[in-house]
Amino acid sequence: MKMKWLGLSRAIHPADKKGTAGLAIKPLTGFSRVTIPLDMQIGPGCEAIVAKGDHVDIGDPLGKPLGAWCVPVHASVSGEVESVKKEILSDGTHTQYVTIISDGKDTVSELVKKPVVTDRESFLEAVRASGLVGLGGAAFPTHIKLNPPPDKKVDTLIVNAAECEPYITTDNRIILENADDCIAGALATAHWCGIETVVIGIEDNKKEAAAALKEAAKRAKSEGRGTVEVKVLPTSYPTGAEKVLIQLINGRIVPEGGLPADVGVIVQNVTTLWFIAKYLETGMPLVKKWITLDGGAVKTPGNFEVPIGGTIEEVIEKAGGLKAEAKKIIMGGPMMGVAVDDITRPILKHNNAILVFTEEEATLPEESACIQCGRCFRACPMKLMPAALDKAARANNADELEERHVLNCIECGSCTYVCPAKRYLVQNIRNGKALVRAARAAAREKGGQS
Amino acid sequence: MLRVSASPHIRDKVTTRSVMLYVIIALVPVIIASTFIFGWRALLLFGISAASASFFEAIARVVMKRKQTVGDLSAVVTGLLLAASLPVDCPIWILLIGNFVAIVVIKQMFGGLGDNFANPAVTARIVLSVSFTAQISTFSVLGKHIGEAATDLVSSATPLGIVKQGQTSLPSTLDLFLGRHAGCIGETSVIALLIGGVFLLATGIIDIWAPISFIGTTALFMLATGQDVLVHLLSGALILAAFFMVTDYVTTPTTIPGKIIFGVGAGLLTGLLRVYSSMPEGVSFAILLMNILTPHIERWTTPLTVGGVKHAKS
Repeated sequence: MKMKWLGLSRAIHPADKKGTAGLAIKPLTGFSRVTIPLDMQIGPGCEAIVAKGDHVDIGDPLGKPLGAWCVPVHASVSGEVESVKKEILSDGTHTQYVTIISDGKDTVSELVKKPVVTDRESFLEAVRASGLVGLGGAAFPTHIKLNPPPDKKVDTLIVNAAECEPYITTDNRIILENADDCIAGALATAHWCGIETVVIGIEDNKKEAAAALKEAAKRAKSEGRGTVEVKVLPTSYPTGAEKVLIQLINGRIVPEGGLPADVGVIVQNVTTLWFIAKYLETGMPLVKKWITLDGGAVKTPGNFEVPIGGTIEEVIEKAGGLKAEAKKIIMGGPMMGVAVDDITRPILKHNNAILVFTEEEATLPEESACIQCGRCFRACPMKLMPAALDKAARANNADELEERHVLNCIECGSCTYVCPAKRYLVQNIRNGKALVRAARAAAREKGGQS
Repeated sequence: MLRVSASPHIRDKVTTRSVMLYVIIALVPVIIASTFIFGWRALLLFGISAASASFFEAIARVVMKRKQTVGDLSAVVTGLLLAASLPVDCPIWILLIGNFVAIVVIKQMFGGLGDNFANPAVTARIVLSVSFTAQISTFSVLGKHIGEAATDLVSSATPLGIVKQGQTSLPSTLDLFLGRHAGCIGETSVIALLIGGVFLLATGIIDIWAPISFIGTTALFMLATGQDVLVHLLSGALILAAFFMVTDYVTTPTTIPGKIIFGVGAGLLTGLLRVYSSMPEGVSFAILLMNILTPHIERWTTPLTVGGVKHAKS
């Protein structure tokens, strides 16, 4: 309150709606078919190496990676490949989809075996082979993130357990159910990548999970496996945004256009690190995903383990169905998630929630004139002026956008959330970013010609 | 059919209308106090002013063929603030002209809420005070006070008018604080204004920077020029302006340093005008001048983005 009227508070506090926090992760099985896109990451995707009629087992690779950034994609059920088709992704790009009809046996591939890790290179190769991408939602290939350019000396691994998006509770569940493995994954990653300090950042609305991590860290220390610090942070949005989290944890500021490695930090989501620990133990690649299913239209919200490629429709059905008509379906949280156009879209590697909204939840208020109240500016974690950026973006003013550092926007959506005039600020700012990138590219081209 | 839109998919409950409603609620203590101090005619002025401002807003939007915005209640706020800065003796027709100027000329002709460069209520008051100097410079107050028998309005001098003429027969400090003296109907009761101001601060509608720097600078100026600081703080438009005008979203800066610059500038100008000009009061002109500077203040005080590198001057 005090911070509020002094006008100093930056973060916003959307209702956290984490009603599923107490519900254990329940495996959903018996999916009749899965449709697996071969591009579920930042960077280029895979090219199919299976064809119609092929038999695949769980863990069999479906595609050949294109380029060093690409991670393999694996079959999540055993059965017969029904089709390999090029289709549009929910972000508008195209990729190949492999559809597998399950034989119901869930046979595990012979190729699945415990990886041999002896040094940094073999560790990174194992991480890549596991098909791992950032599971916090960004889908950045983990083996690339763990391998910054040699001139960047990284001394701190920050474990992102903030889970600041409303509704989502899968990180919370993963921690509560596997705290020791979370710590083990963080320590193994730090060990093989030569990082001295490991700090976990978690919000204070997850007291139990924070306590579990502290306990597990204590055990790891007493057993001589390594030191992990658990830092409990105040609950606000967007604590889990990489650049914000780094500032909160060790006060370092990532330069505009830079990466965490520029300030000696690598940030990894807690579930990503837990998965690394599991993979090093079992060799089972990323074929299942842990999601929160919630929203007003869902009959029984909860946390579920689902095969990657299972359709949203089948997930909802197996989880207990809907109690109201679905008007909007969001992959991810309500602040940064993507609204999908079709209920038959598959679950992706980086999905951590499926939210099914009712008519009321899906109805957004109409936009009105900016009253220059400054709420967007106060909410911006990057100290940008969203209202001014919005105005410049609507006017297609690339110079003004560039001058106001539009590319430093992390698209957290806080500005749009707080706006009393209900303006589509971050949405227009995204267009503004594209405008500046295009203007820069045009300037480079012109420079190249002359 | 599923609806698709870009994130975020949720919005805060605060709306432009709810913000305006909070400001109206904050003005209720002032309206009640002024009814006690100046009689039913004060309440009538507030009512007519709010209604006519809304009427002009609605008509202007229709004539301009733009989306109807009267429901956002910003016109009600403007109407109440304009009435607050007029004497109880103000003829109704002048009040109507004032609202026309505020809503149609200052606000809608510049694009409506959010695009007006100057505060409509403040500017309309200035227009009225230069155009109808004689008609609105009589200040009356109820001859007797609350709890006593019904009384008539009697003409009286305002505290700042008394100061300007070099007289010393000022109301007591308690009367200044409660507002039992001649003046504009929404400006005299400091206690009622403080209740409204604290409400706006507590609910986060406004923040403290502009009011504190505005009041503080005025106080320092009066101290430095040997004036009676307390009389200057408790009289005239200062406290009304501190909570309801230097905090206006549209016409003041959004950055904290900007708000402080605005407050200090308005305070200095108020001091200069009150002490050295021929007018007893200078708050309106001070605010209007600072309104005009606001876009520049906003530019000067725009912070560098987190991790940002300053652009080379081209």
